[in-house]
Formats: sequence, structure tokens, C-alpha cells
Amino acid sequence: MGPAGRRRASPAGSAHVSRSGLLATAFMFVCAVYFLLPAWWLVVSSTKGPSTLYSSEGFWFSQFHLASNLTGLFSYDGGIYWRWLVNTLLYAGLGALCATLLASAAGYALAKYDFRGRQLVFSVILGGVLVPGTALALPLYLLMSKVGLTNTYWSVFLPSVVSPFGVYLARVYAAAAIPDDLIEAGRIDGAGEGRIFASVALRIMSPALVTMFLFQFVAIWNNFFLPLVMLSDTRLYPVTLGLYSWNNEYGQAPQLVSYVIIGSLISVIPLVIAFLSLQRFWRSGLAAGSITL
Amino acid sequence: MFLAPFGVLFALFFLLPIGYAVYESLFKVRVSGLGLGPNSTVTTFAGLSNYTQVFSDSSFFGGVGRVLLFGVVQIPVMLVFATVLALLLDSVAVRFRRLFRLAFFLPYGIPGVIAAILWSFLYLPGLSPVVAALHGAGFGTVNFLGVHTVLWSIANIVTWEYTGYNMLIIYAGLQAIPVDLYDAGRIDGASEWKIATRIKLPLVASSLVLTAIFSIIGTLQLFSEPQVLRAIATTISSSYTPNLFAYTQAFVTNNPNYAAAIAVVLAIGTFILSFGFLRLVQRRWAGA
Repeated sequence: MGPAGRRRASPAGSAHVSRSGLLATAFMFVCAVYFLLPAWWLVVSSTKGPSTLYSSEGFWFSQFHLASNLTGLFSYDGGIYWRWLVNTLLYAGLGALCATLLASAAGYALAKYDFRGRQLVFSVILGGVLVPGTALALPLYLLMSKVGLTNTYWSVFLPSVVSPFGVYLARVYAAAAIPDDLIEAGRIDGAGEGRIFASVALRIMSPALVTMFLFQFVAIWNNFFLPLVMLSDTRLYPVTLGLYSWNNEYGQAPQLVSYVIIGSLISVIPLVIAFLSLQRFWRSGLAAGSITL
Repeated sequence: MFLAPFGVLFALFFLLPIGYAVYESLFKVRVSGLGLGPNSTVTTFAGLSNYTQVFSDSSFFGGVGRVLLFGVVQIPVMLVFATVLALLLDSVAVRFRRLFRLAFFLPYGIPGVIAAILWSFLYLPGLSPVVAALHGAGFGTVNFLGVHTVLWSIANIVTWEYTGYNMLIIYAGLQAIPVDLYDAGRIDGASEWKIATRIKLPLVASSLVLTAIFSIIGTLQLFSEPQVLRAIATTISSSYTPNLFAYTQAFVTNNPNYAAAIAVVLAIGTFILSFGFLRLVQRRWAGA
């Protein structure tokens, strides 16, 4: 990963390089401030009490009320914030896991089996990549209300396990990384197709699986439109929708401002850490995604 | 087989809803009699009349015009910004590259709704340190939520969220270029600027196309950010973007058939624009 060792600086004009390098570094620093400052404000504000939130300097600490904000957040409305966290884990975590498994099987089949209509199926799925989740939310709502599934876990969970982009990534990866000989060898050894997929293909595809999981996780977690139209029972909300509903209510309950702030912080901390530490999987997936375009 | 589980779910939750939305969009609910009592409304076949209504609806076109204006300005700004950051990260001259990369990518870990809520606090007079700082610096009271500014305040949220993500796509493309190519360029006496524009940029063109397509799709579907900001900005109408308009039609005006027609038009429009863009650049490449 170390690009520093990847290439040498040009031997000529090193003074020039260092001066422009300094300028470039300064520019990057200003950009980093832009990207980090809102997050910093969130951290600072979540430690403030309701009075100092408005009166003190926004980008610096004032009276420390982190503990009372936390207890307030987790006890408000019967501790519903806990429920939202668990729901989010179910929708996005379990949803992305199922989506990854389904998509990897489909991508593997499209890459390694020859059957009639294969190209057509793949084209339709590829078209699905260009149809974003928000465009589907309303049609899904109409359909779900027809069969009486709105306002249930399933109404958000089931559409989330379908990931056309995952199939696309899986197909690209499986076609390039799994040798046909290996599948042949498995067959000669008498292994069933299911076993070959589970013990050979999935193992080889594991880096791609992480990428697919990440993409789908973000897609579910970012799809705000779907739970917004489907769910009316607050106990089924994911944390994004819950915080949104609080954000619309703080006219009636001013303490909710503090809870929205600290609730946002708590909900993004695990994600941001996971994201940043798994960055290389994003890069590999994104590179694969743009190669075949 | 292996394709079956995905195939069934794809058909059920992808193809079927689109088909059903098309079906629903062909009907209209009419009020019969005095409009009282349980059987006062009847659903009748309306042909394409919902569609002719969409195409003559000034609220719909107001929203379409707004997202197009948004896209024409915001997408180039964001992509140029992302490209510059990626090129700088890839150049030898800059220090602390890993740290910067993490900082730029961080906003992408924050979901759109929460990013919008966060920025709404930073736009809110009385709470925002940004408004206070600008006031202190002698800019007067800057209104981020005014009629003419709020669209660009939304653009700022989107740029903040997705620049790092796009940067990473382009950066991934840059990292895949063999170093020998640069060395060859340097031996020929090319400057860093020339290497960046003549060697690097053409080689990451496919990454740029990918980011552009994702951005076009996202812009046409703009929903969460304006929906969140509506809580504090009266300047955002209920038909501010096409998706917001469809949402209003379905849940506020209670006209799901019309909302279905809007959703179908929007989905087809998104598909045509992103697919058309792809075709356009592919032809350009083939011709070059």
C-alpha cells in the first residue's frame, strides 16, 4: 500500500518540487479542515448542555454534559434509540450479508455456467445497477401496500437483499479469479456443484465479498426514502429515520436537539471506523467496477 | 440453481414493483356523487392521462429544472475537486498522504440523512458557528436558507459527502497505472503538470465516467437532503425536486396513481440520461 516506495522523486529541480509540494500540502490541509470541521462540531456539540449549545463558541468545548446527554438519549421515549440501533443492524448488517451471498451465487453462475439467455439475464441485471434505490421506493410501497406488507420489518428488509451491483462485481471477479480447471478438478473428485461453490469459489471470492458487503451496507444505510415511505411504527425505524423524526419534533421538545446531535454521533462512530479501516476493499472494488465500463 | 434465489428476489422486488407502478399509473381515482361515504370513490382506467398531466405539470418541471441546474453546476465542481485531490494524493510532493486520504473519505461514512441534519445545524442562525463567524468577519448575517441560496447549501452538503468517495474511485484508477509510464515521461523531460494531464488523466477516464454516472443518477434522485432541510427552511417547497414531488403526491395529496406516473417518468429519465451519457463518451472514445 505504500505509494511512497512506489516511485522516486525526480532528481532534477528538487527545490522546485519541495516548494510546490509545500503549497500542495497547505491546500490539502485546508480541504481536510472543510471535510473534518462539521464532524468536529458534532463531537464538540454532543458534550454541551442545552443552554451552552446556543450560547457558547460552536467549535470549542464549554460546560461538559456528555454523560447527561447520553443518559437522556438512551432513556428518551422508553429507550427507543436502542431499538433503532438494533433495527439498523438488522436492516443494513443482516440485509447486506444476505445480499452478498445471493449476489455471489448469481455472479458465480453467470461467470462459470453456460446457459441460454445468460447474456440477456446479465444485461437486465446491469440495467438494474442504473436504477437507484430511491427510484424504486415508491413503486415498492405501492406493491407492498397492495399485499399488506407495509409497516413491517420485511417491507424494508426484503428489497434490501437485492443487489444488482453486487452481482456485477461478483461476476467480474469470479470470471477473472476462479480457474475453470479448479472447478473441473472438484467435479472429478466427485464434489457436488454446491460444495464446489461453497468451499472453492466462495473462498477465492472472499476479497470481492467484503467489497460487495460494504457497498450494499452503505446502499441500505443511505436509502432513507424506503423506510420513510414503508414504516409508520417508530419501533421499526432504522436510526436514520428515527433521528430524522426527532429532528422534525424539536419545536415541541427542545431537549431533542441535543439528542439528535449525540444520537448522530453515536450512530456514525462504528461506521466511520469500519469504513476507514476497510478502505482498501473500496478501492479494489471501485477499480474493478470502472475497468469494464 | 445458483442464480435462482437472486433471480426470484430480483423479479419480485425490482421488476415487479416497476411493472406494478406502470400499471397503477394507468388508473385514476374519481370521486363519485357527493364524495361522501365509503363507496364514494371509484378507480377507473385513465390510459395515459396521468402522463400527459405529468408532462404539463409546472410543479414537476420546476423540480426537474432545479435538479438539472443543480447537476450542471454541482457535478463538475465536485468531480474537478475530487480529481485534483486524487492527483495530489498520487503525486510525490505532498506529505501526510494517508492522513489526508482518511480525512477526505470520512464524510462518506456518514449517511446522507445524518449529514443533512448535521449541516442543517451549521446553517441554522442562532446555533451555527459558521453563521456567527461570518457575521463576526463582517459579512453580515448570511442566510444559507434563502430562496436563492438554499439550493447551493444543498449542493454543499452533497459535495461534502461524495467528493471523498469520488476521489477514491479516481485514486484507485491512478494507483493501477504502472510507474514506468511516468518514468518514461520524466526522461522525456515532461513536467509533473504535463504528466498529470497527458498521462494520468486519460488513463483514469473510465473512472471519471463512472463517477459522473453515479453523480447524474444521484442528482436526479435528490431527496433526503431537501427533505431534511425542509424542517428549517420554508424556501423548500413540497415539489422542490421531482422525488419530493412524487412523495408529496403519494402521501400528502393522497394521489398514488399520479405519484406512480411521476416515479416511472423519473426512473426512465434517469436511465436515459445516465445511459445516454455512457454511450456518448463511448462513441467519443471510439472516434478518438
